[in-house]
Amino acid sequence: MTTPHRTGASAGPRAGGSRTGGSRAGGSRRRQVQGGAPLPLLVPALIGLAFLVLPLVALLIRAPWASMPELLTSTEVWQALRLSLICATAATVVSMVIGVPLAWLLARVEFPGRGLVRALVTLPLVLPPVVGGVALLMALGRNGVVGQWLDSWFGITLPFTTTGVILAEAFVAMPFLVISVEGTLRAADPRYEEAATTLGASRFTAFRRVTLPLIAPGIAAGAVLAWARALGEFGATITFAGNFPGRTQTMPLAVYLALQSDPEAAVALSLVLLAVSVAVLAGLRDRWMTAS
Amino acid sequence: MNRSARRIRRTLQVTGAGAAALVALSACSSSDSGAASSGGGSDGLSGTVNVFAAASLTESFTELGEEFEKRHPGTEVVFNFGGSDSLAAGITSGAPADVFASASPRTMKAVTDADAAAGTPVAFVRNRLEIATLPGNPDRVASLKDLTGSDLKVVLCDRTVPCGAAAQKALTAAGLKLTPASYEEDVKSALNKVVLKEADAAVVYRTDVKAAGDKVAGVEFPESAKAVNDYPITLLKDAPNADVGQAFIELVRSAAGQKVLTAAGFTAP
Repeated sequence: MTTPHRTGASAGPRAGGSRTGGSRAGGSRRRQVQGGAPLPLLVPALIGLAFLVLPLVALLIRAPWASMPELLTSTEVWQALRLSLICATAATVVSMVIGVPLAWLLARVEFPGRGLVRALVTLPLVLPPVVGGVALLMALGRNGVVGQWLDSWFGITLPFTTTGVILAEAFVAMPFLVISVEGTLRAADPRYEEAATTLGASRFTAFRRVTLPLIAPGIAAGAVLAWARALGEFGATITFAGNFPGRTQTMPLAVYLALQSDPEAAVALSLVLLAVSVAVLAGLRDRWMTAS
Repeated sequence: MNRSARRIRRTLQVTGAGAAALVALSACSSSDSGAASSGGGSDGLSGTVNVFAAASLTESFTELGEEFEKRHPGTEVVFNFGGSDSLAAGITSGAPADVFASASPRTMKAVTDADAAAGTPVAFVRNRLEIATLPGNPDRVASLKDLTGSDLKVVLCDRTVPCGAAAQKALTAAGLKLTPASYEEDVKSALNKVVLKEADAAVVYRTDVKAAGDKVAGVEFPESAKAVNDYPITLLKDAPNADVGQAFIELVRSAAGQKVLTAAGFTAP
């Protein structure tokens, strides 16, 4: 508001140099560098790309293609893959149901200690997943702070169950969704919600009818991130939920244990997980990118 | 017969290893002056030795490492404890290790097959299984069969790791079918599920029950005799510090070393 040149401040394509007079709509959408990237940027960028892609290519090169059909048709593999997909999806749903309101709280409500709460919410991002698993055991285990009451009152024990897998994955994946949604909420103009409330809508109706559609792309982006993170979750799952085929053995666990006795099978399983992840990320990404 | 042949060979090896080493290993530090004549420094041994050892050896090998450093001033024993399989994988892909002590002949075979061992590995201890239960054994577990009852939460090691393979062998020998709550990735995590009271019982090694102290109670079962694990140890071919590595192996196999290991719950092979 205080900047004197409001049009140029936010979307001005400065990098374009002489093309300052170009049409604003086209310029802000695609800010491409004209005349080639400078070498000091291009070289590290390509090294970065190679660093991320090379291990995946190595997986393809070292894959036991000949024995692949045999390795992948075992029921254990399909069981693990199915369980992985179900649990990651369920963990994403859990994250959305409680994560979106949490993100709204962080973005829209002023309360003391908000910075600390935000730090706590994002803690699982940096926590080693095994620590997350131990923490979950301490909280929700049969002997845990809350878990012992769940056990003695309702007879519910969470470790060694599929629900345990979902919780472990949600614990690790939800911060991705919260961060993404909170960022979108902060970028979205609150005046639309205010307008809705002045027109008679309740805060909740305004959230449901105005805010949610407004931030839908952000939610979708966060959900994809959370889903992908949940799919790859290993440490918290094996620590909290254990490893039992068909019930708690997800693909990452199957890969890890296959590596102990049969590295070829581990490579094959890794490729399956890789293929599924790439397919879903690529497919969904297009969808929510065009939706925004 | 294979075993007795091995034993004889081992006796010969130990004898042939040289009087200096024998004196240094079987006697106390007072013999160090006698050993000094064999080489430079106090006994010609110096530098860092890297020992890759199965996780179940953590407590006893740490103790032996301190003993070794005391006996051979100027040396330092660095341990890499972990699952035998991942250690073997590390060694075969070129990790700079001098000594490898594995919890199973199968993983040792991976190393010898890759031509990474110097000489033939020898079994230096054996471990057998025991049932770990909650302190005081509240479920009154008395046999392997008691674990097959449906109301007990039991964890086993995964079949792919040595303790899990041994447990399956014992169960097969007993003609029992056991559906656990989880197949844990290694013996320590199986034990810890009982320590944390998440599981009622786990089939683990006797040494792990002993190491856990009063956090668990141990129940022996006769079928464990059918699933005894031999622990082989070997010097590695590309050992950066082969002399010290060999001396460490000799300490492990000496009477003093065996005493530490049996105190931890291992038995002589």
